[in-house]
Amino acid sequence: MSKYFAKRIGMALVTIFLVTCLTFLLMNAVPGSPWLSEKSPSEATLAALNAKYGLDKPVHIQLMKYLGNLLKGDFGVSLKMQKNRAVTSIIAEMFPVSARIGALALTWAVLVGVPLGCLAAFKRGKFTDSVLRVICTLGISMPSFVVASVLLVAFAGGLAVLKIFPTIFDPALGWRSYVLPCFSLGFYPMCYTARQTRSAMLDSLNQEYIKTARAKGLKNVKIIFKHALRNALIPVITYLGPQVAFTLCGGFVVESVFSIPGLGRYFVQSIQNRDYPVIMGTTIFLATFIILMNVVVDLLYKVADPRINLTKGGE
Amino acid sequence: MRKTKKVLSLALASAMALSLAACGGGNAGDTTTAAPAETTTAAAAETESAAEESEAPAESEDGFNLAVCLASEPQSIDPALNSAVDGAIMINHLFEGLTKWVDDGKGNAILAPGQAESFEKAENEDGTVTYNFKLRDGIKWSDGKDVTAADFEYSWKRLANPDTAADYCYMIDMVKGYAEVADGSADPDTLAVKAIDDKTLEVVLTYDCPYFEEIVAFPATFPVRQDMTEGNDEWTYDVATYVGNGPYKMKEWSHNAYIEVEKNENYYDYANLGPDTIRFTLLDDENAMLAAYKSGELDFIENLPMDELPNYLASGELDISDYLGTYYVCFNTEDEVFKDPKIRKAFSLVIDRNYIVDNVSQAGEVPATGFVPAGVNDAAGPGHDDFRTVGGEYYSVDEADYEANCEEARALLAEAGYPGGEGFPTVEYLYNTADNHKKIGEALQNMWQEQLGVTVTLNNQDWNVFLENRKQGHYQIARNGWIADYNDPCTFLDMWYTDGGNNDAQYSNPDYDAQIDAAKATSVAEERMKAFHAAEDILIKDDNVLAPIYFYTQPNMLADDISGMYYTPLGYFFFGYTSRN
Repeated sequence: MSKYFAKRIGMALVTIFLVTCLTFLLMNAVPGSPWLSEKSPSEATLAALNAKYGLDKPVHIQLMKYLGNLLKGDFGVSLKMQKNRAVTSIIAEMFPVSARIGALALTWAVLVGVPLGCLAAFKRGKFTDSVLRVICTLGISMPSFVVASVLLVAFAGGLAVLKIFPTIFDPALGWRSYVLPCFSLGFYPMCYTARQTRSAMLDSLNQEYIKTARAKGLKNVKIIFKHALRNALIPVITYLGPQVAFTLCGGFVVESVFSIPGLGRYFVQSIQNRDYPVIMGTTIFLATFIILMNVVVDLLYKVADPRINLTKGGE
Repeated sequence: MRKTKKVLSLALASAMALSLAACGGGNAGDTTTAAPAETTTAAAAETESAAEESEAPAESEDGFNLAVCLASEPQSIDPALNSAVDGAIMINHLFEGLTKWVDDGKGNAILAPGQAESFEKAENEDGTVTYNFKLRDGIKWSDGKDVTAADFEYSWKRLANPDTAADYCYMIDMVKGYAEVADGSADPDTLAVKAIDDKTLEVVLTYDCPYFEEIVAFPATFPVRQDMTEGNDEWTYDVATYVGNGPYKMKEWSHNAYIEVEKNENYYDYANLGPDTIRFTLLDDENAMLAAYKSGELDFIENLPMDELPNYLASGELDISDYLGTYYVCFNTEDEVFKDPKIRKAFSLVIDRNYIVDNVSQAGEVPATGFVPAGVNDAAGPGHDDFRTVGGEYYSVDEADYEANCEEARALLAEAGYPGGEGFPTVEYLYNTADNHKKIGEALQNMWQEQLGVTVTLNNQDWNVFLENRKQGHYQIARNGWIADYNDPCTFLDMWYTDGGNNDAQYSNPDYDAQIDAAKATSVAEERMKAFHAAEDILIKDDNVLAPIYFYTQPNMLADDISGMYYTPLGYFFFGYTSRN
């Protein structure tokens, strides 16, 4: 097991290193610069800016310097979006906002999606199953910005009577700010999870051991949740791993619609603004997080099914 | 037992979520409570009224809290480093220069004494001009320390210092010694700004700059504290170090959400200020701004989705304010096709500016008849005929004359060797990816093709790529826009100087440069303006470097129950003396 971890960590470091170098080079290859605006600064000012932030050096020297600073835990400062502010403090401030909404969204997605999936599988072909199928198809085919916009119009000012929630996200307003964003962000994963659970569950329910359990006279609830679900969870976990990383790091669309000061939206804006250190910082952070979540998923496989051997046969 | 454990492990993230979510809480004050009406006019603001208004009852929780939205997170609210209008509006509330903008009673901002109660101006024998500013008594920083002339001296030298790398350093390029300091050949200390004593600031200008009193009301020239800024690049991000001398002071900055400012009890006109707090909500989506305004969460917005503009304009909810800026098309004068002024003129003449204003942009813009927009002062100064009125129209924008303009354009194109557009190469119009620019681009494409018989393709690029290409001259025709920094034609005309930093047209004409030089060399207002008019004649009438389309306006919506807001056509709104009825 420890050998397995050493290998995973080694691979992770190499991946992060490659992601760092690649992003750095690609980012510099894109035309534009952080200093441009409708009113360009004078040549002298541009030169002073480049010198101040080290952009006057060749790209490979800049990369070396960046990697050196990275080892010391220095992610640099924002060049444009929050001029001169340390990238680490920006991420430290924005990630928790995204993470909180993402975590709440996924929580409800799983807590509702998995039982619904089980229910649909159990009531296969019945009316309940059909209703659930309609809801899930809707959720999967509707992009999150549609869900978000519809909710916004319906519950945040479209009709005065229904104005229950604020249109601008404000943590000071407490739970009311979270309802709409979390619902829109979690709707798709909920539907997806429910469908995954349903089909995996149907598979499990046809297995011999379930028939044995039935023959033994076990109760339905026990058969489903104790025996069948465990087997059915593997595909769900596989889906949820990367989804956790993406959702916690911020749903760009939902953050835009509800004006949430989260990392997802910021990441996209940093690219548009050519704010190099912010692009690098958020990319490295995201990459690390996704790699971490993949490790967690592997561990969860083992929990769900002890027969899985992590050390053999790669992934 | 084991079963529950397994099921729970599935929702690993869920468990984490609950602990994270628990950190919410807190209650926000209701923003809709009415405050005792405190109507404040500029006159009242000027006289430091000793008369005490009965203090608003107890806590500001029930006070007058204004919520406005200008734009998203400002890039910098360091007065020297800021280069955006939204940042300037916030800085105007948090700092104050030697002069300041006050309400003329009709919602228009006029200049008045700010931190300096008076100044003397003397012309020296060598043509330089010395200003002596006498600072007001009782001016303090938000932490209670006195504002001194030395603070201004420090801040101006900091602005000019190339190490500061300020976009707007050139705003004080009329100060003696600036050129040498800016190019690094002289120490910033040689800049001719000097604190004679705590209350007297002496500034020497190389010439009698007619808009200097406006410059000292420009955010870049506002004082900052040496002990807060020096060696601390992040001073603007901490409420403790972000010390200002303006009517409001920073209370809280929740990044990408809002900046909340509160009345500065150390400000000399504290008693007359309106809102207890002003919240600058930071949003980047125009639909979100409008939704929040409609739902009452915001009292003021200045950006609306383009599609909604006509409706709100028609219903009278939307106000249109003047804005000193021009939306135009610039031609690359080094391009094979567009190096011919006749072709440029033909392309300019067939633009139906009325159509674009009435049917495309639809925010009450004014069809442009020249490059310097209406509202820019001429020699006679504010309140008299403006530069545009004196300079006249370079072409008619009367709808009845459109056909004649097109006739002339076709004749010009024929003269240039392309009768009826025959043999004219396919040319490209470049714009940055945005709905409004796209719609205008499509309208232009249509006019050029219909009226001249030429083929124009449209190309859009990401903002940053677009700026780079336009700056480098990698285009044929490009959209462009320019907003005034100060109310003077110089801000529009000196940019077309050969090799100027914003000379996107790559334009170079010695006659033009000579007129700009002449304008900058003289202190006589009439001569100066004559040279600027001559320069604009060359730029638009003779060379047709640009095709001006419309003069910008500033749409804005203010809640019905708020009054007392005022505005400068430079785009600055002032909220410090508003009241809720």
